Formats: sequence, C-alpha cells, structure tokens
Amino acid sequence: MKKCILDLTVSSAEKLHERYVLLRLSHHDKLPEMCPGQFVEVLIDNSPTTFLRRPISICNVDREKNELWLLVAMIGDGTRRLGRLQKGDRLNCVLPLGHGFGAPSCKSRFLLVGGGVGVAPLLFLGAELWSRGCDVTFLLGARTEGDLLLLSEFGRYGRVLLTTEDGSAGERGFVTNHSVLAEEHFDQICSCGPTPMMKAVAHYAREHQTDCEVSLENMMACGLGACLCCVEKTTEGNVCVCKDGPVFNINQLLWLS
Amino acid sequence: MAILDVNIGNLRLKNPVMTASGTFGYGLEFSDFVNLEDLGGIIVKGTTLSPRQGNDYPRMAETPMGMLNCVGLQNKGVDYFAEHIYPQLKDIDTHFIVNVSGSSPDDYAECAARVDTLEKIPAIELNISCPNVKDGGMAFGVTCAGAESVVRAVRERYHKTLIVKLSPNVTDIAEIARAVEAAGADAVSLINTLMGTAVDIERRRRVLSIGTGGLSGPCVKPVALRMVLQVAKAVRIPIVGLGGIMTATDAIEFLMCGATAIEVGTANFIDPAVTIKICNGINEWLDRHGVESVKDIIGVID
Repeated sequence: MKKCILDLTVSSAEKLHERYVLLRLSHHDKLPEMCPGQFVEVLIDNSPTTFLRRPISICNVDREKNELWLLVAMIGDGTRRLGRLQKGDRLNCVLPLGHGFGAPSCKSRFLLVGGGVGVAPLLFLGAELWSRGCDVTFLLGARTEGDLLLLSEFGRYGRVLLTTEDGSAGERGFVTNHSVLAEEHFDQICSCGPTPMMKAVAHYAREHQTDCEVSLENMMACGLGACLCCVEKTTEGNVCVCKDGPVFNINQLLWLS
Repeated sequence: MAILDVNIGNLRLKNPVMTASGTFGYGLEFSDFVNLEDLGGIIVKGTTLSPRQGNDYPRMAETPMGMLNCVGLQNKGVDYFAEHIYPQLKDIDTHFIVNVSGSSPDDYAECAARVDTLEKIPAIELNISCPNVKDGGMAFGVTCAGAESVVRAVRERYHKTLIVKLSPNVTDIAEIARAVEAAGADAVSLINTLMGTAVDIERRRRVLSIGTGGLSGPCVKPVALRMVLQVAKAVRIPIVGLGGIMTATDAIEFLMCGATAIEVGTANFIDPAVTIKICNGINEWLDRHGVESVKDIIGVID
C-alpha cells in the first residue's frame, strides 16, 4: 500500500466527552486504501513541546463521504491541540502506516475487545468484518460510563457488550471478567487497549486456544521503520511496532512465555 | 539551476544533501515519499560485524525541539546487509554509504573490509561516536588516541572514501578531527548526538531503558554549527555537517560554516519528504542570489 503525505481537512470535530474528540477528515482527492489496524502520523503545529508527529489509529473510513475518522484522547499538549481543531482546519498526515489486522478468513465468530481510547481501530475492523458477513461481538471496557465511546457506531456492526470498573454501565469489572467469556466460544479475538488488558486477553485466548491479534502502541518517532525506537521483543527479536505491527498475533510476542 | 555537485575526497555527490544514519533506514522505507536518486547520498543504518539486538525499549524520549534516542545499533550484521539489503540498493543511482560501528579496532576493520568488497558502496562513515553502546562506540571517539587507533586499523583494510563521524561529547572536537585526519580519514562528519537524559517524574525514574540517550533535532543545531566552524579551521579534509537540519536555510548555514555536504537526520521523522525540499531550497537560494555553484558558499563564514 503506497504511503503518502496529505493535508486533510477537518470536516467535523466532535467532542465526545471532555477528554475525547472524534475528528472526521476529508480530502479533495480519493483517500488512499487503508486497512483496519493501520494508523496515521499527524503533525501538530505550533506546539513548543510537541516535536514529533503523533501516531493515531484509524478509527473508521467512510468511503461514501471520503472521510477518515480519528478518535483522539486529549492527554498531552499535542493531543489537546488536536482537540482544539475546528471544521475547515488542515491536518498534515502521513498515511496509511503499519501492518493491520490479518485478512479474516471466513471465520464465523469474532470477538473484538477494546479498552479506553483503544476501541478506535476496532470500529473500522468491525465495520469491515460486518461487510464481509462475519458475526461480530464488541466487548468494550472503560473506567466509567462516560469513557465508553462511539457506542451507537459500534452497534451498527455487531453486538456490543460493556464493562466499567465502577459498574456505571454494563458489567462491573474489567473486560476479561465479562460473563460472555465463560459462556460463549469465539473463533478469533482482536484486541486494542491498555497493555495489561491486552495481556489478560492474550492469556484468555491462549487458554481457550483461540486465535488472537493485539494492537500495540509503543512510543514511536518515525512511523516508517527507520528509527527503531518503538521496538517490541518478539520470537524474531526486536521488531518495529510501527512497521511490523502495530498488530501482532500473540504467538509472535513474548507475553505468554 | 545552480551547480550542486560537491566532492568528498574522491567521491562526487550530485548534490550536498545526504541522509543521516539511523534516520532513513536503507532508503527504501522512504521511497514512497522521495525519489532516492535525487539525493546526494544515503547513509544507511549503523552496521556491525555481528548482529545486534540493540537496547531495550523505551529507546526514545521527546524533548522540546528534539528527541533523545538510545537505540544501541540494532542491526542484522554486515553479512546480512551484503546478502539481503545490498542487492536491493545497488542499482539505485545514488551513493549508498554504510555507517560502520564496532567494539574494537579489529572489529571495525573487519566490518569495513567486508563493505569494501561491495562494488556499489563507494564510502563508509565510521561511527566512533555512538553514545548508546557500552562496548566501543563513543569510547573511541572521545580521545585522540582512541579515534586514531580505530581510523588507522580501518584505513589499512578499507580502500575507498573513509568518512569519520565525530562525537560532540568532547572537550575539544578540533583535536579529535586533527587526529583522525592524521590517521588517514578522507573526511569527517559531525555532529553525532549529544548525550542527555530525560526524567519521568510520576514514576520517579529516567525515561530511557539505559538511562541516557543521544539528543538530536533542531535543539542541537547551534552546537553543531559552532563545531563545524571549529573543525573547518582545524583540518583540510572535507566536512559533512549535521545536527538539527530541518530546512534549506539550516543546510546553507552549515555549508557557509565550512561543511561541503550535509546530512538530514531527525527531520525525516517529521517530514519524510524533507530531503528533497532541502535540496530544492538550496538550489533556489543559489539562483536567487546569483551564485553559480554551491561550492561558492562553502566556508564563506569564519
């Protein structure tokens, strides 16, 4: 997939919650081909403390409207600046980057497990799986109800199950405590979120002999596999999360050994 | 269109813009953004005799106008390069220069000798200034005797253009430059990264896995320019200048301070197409000022 540098235009910037914004970005030409699990490196203008681009997962691609969605958690100065973008503003992006979720074989039942802002790429993935006729269950967790994002969007592509740590929505606890995991069988699990959550999901998948892919978010600089800063230890040694990932099969990682 | 070609020893570059080791992969990673043949040269990743896994993650910390890294020379070794990477590069019409590192003079020399056999690699950049490895690396580059020992050992076994990359983490970079010139270097490149650290106050510890890393980016440019000026006065061999170059203006500053060519490093992470913009920008500046050749501005500042 050819990578490019594009000035995208903000077609809407929707505050989902005080800490999250959903940016819908458009382009005068057709957007390049992108896969679920890939990401974009965005340039933050005029921030003295933000020198490097910020890697942001592709949350969805609306091909009809030629729009790319980015879900941004406003954490530092750079992402807070993204949160202040307004309709019509430009955002310089390098895309699409990385190696996304595996092309699904016609497996029947997918479980997509997300936590916090890590739910972002699962929307795009769920939409793709749904369009191929797969059975999709989203299992989404957050600290509290307000941190559960884009639920109506997820609901368009599959069943949505929730957990919150305070019990304010769905089952109380972590995603890996959800009753569905004991009650049902899935053929493939895909996960993105905090590392401890993904490790717990990986353990579950291993115990149940379920194929499992996870999306890592190690700190990156270049996003192109040049600087070797974002490495993860794998069965093949240190590899770049930006180029060889961010999606890995859990069997490639050394999490379970 | 101004004349842009320059010479580094016997090596003729079509223009003075090269890429810094470790910031441009093997070039291929950037081929969607840059026509590699438009570059003066591409200095590929630090290469060692044996494969190295590098340091643990985290290897990077962002700083105001720059970044720290402690990658630690992760690479698959010179034989892997010769067998698997070189065939992909050899027909691309630019100069691929291998950045060679090691842990002893013999180690450096053996690695350099293997690169010497690769017909289409016209030069090496000897890295005696990596701040992120325990054995060797910068240890050689911070004393005249150490630098000289490595350069002599390599010079005996390497017959093409030998560029030696200098560390800024020294009291007097000019004396190191003189030592490597005397030992047979054809050119020097400077600066490598400045050693620094970053602190995570929430976790009450240092950010980088090995505690320290090398600082790069526009924040180091003033230091680099000063050192290029110093070295330009100390040696007769050509200088390749680098350190925080983001724009054509930055590049011209280095040329005016005495660099014959420049390397673009960290800027590639911000704009993967920046090298070509810098090259075009130099040409436009020369045209705008009625300067016929880029050589006419090299070292005009004292």
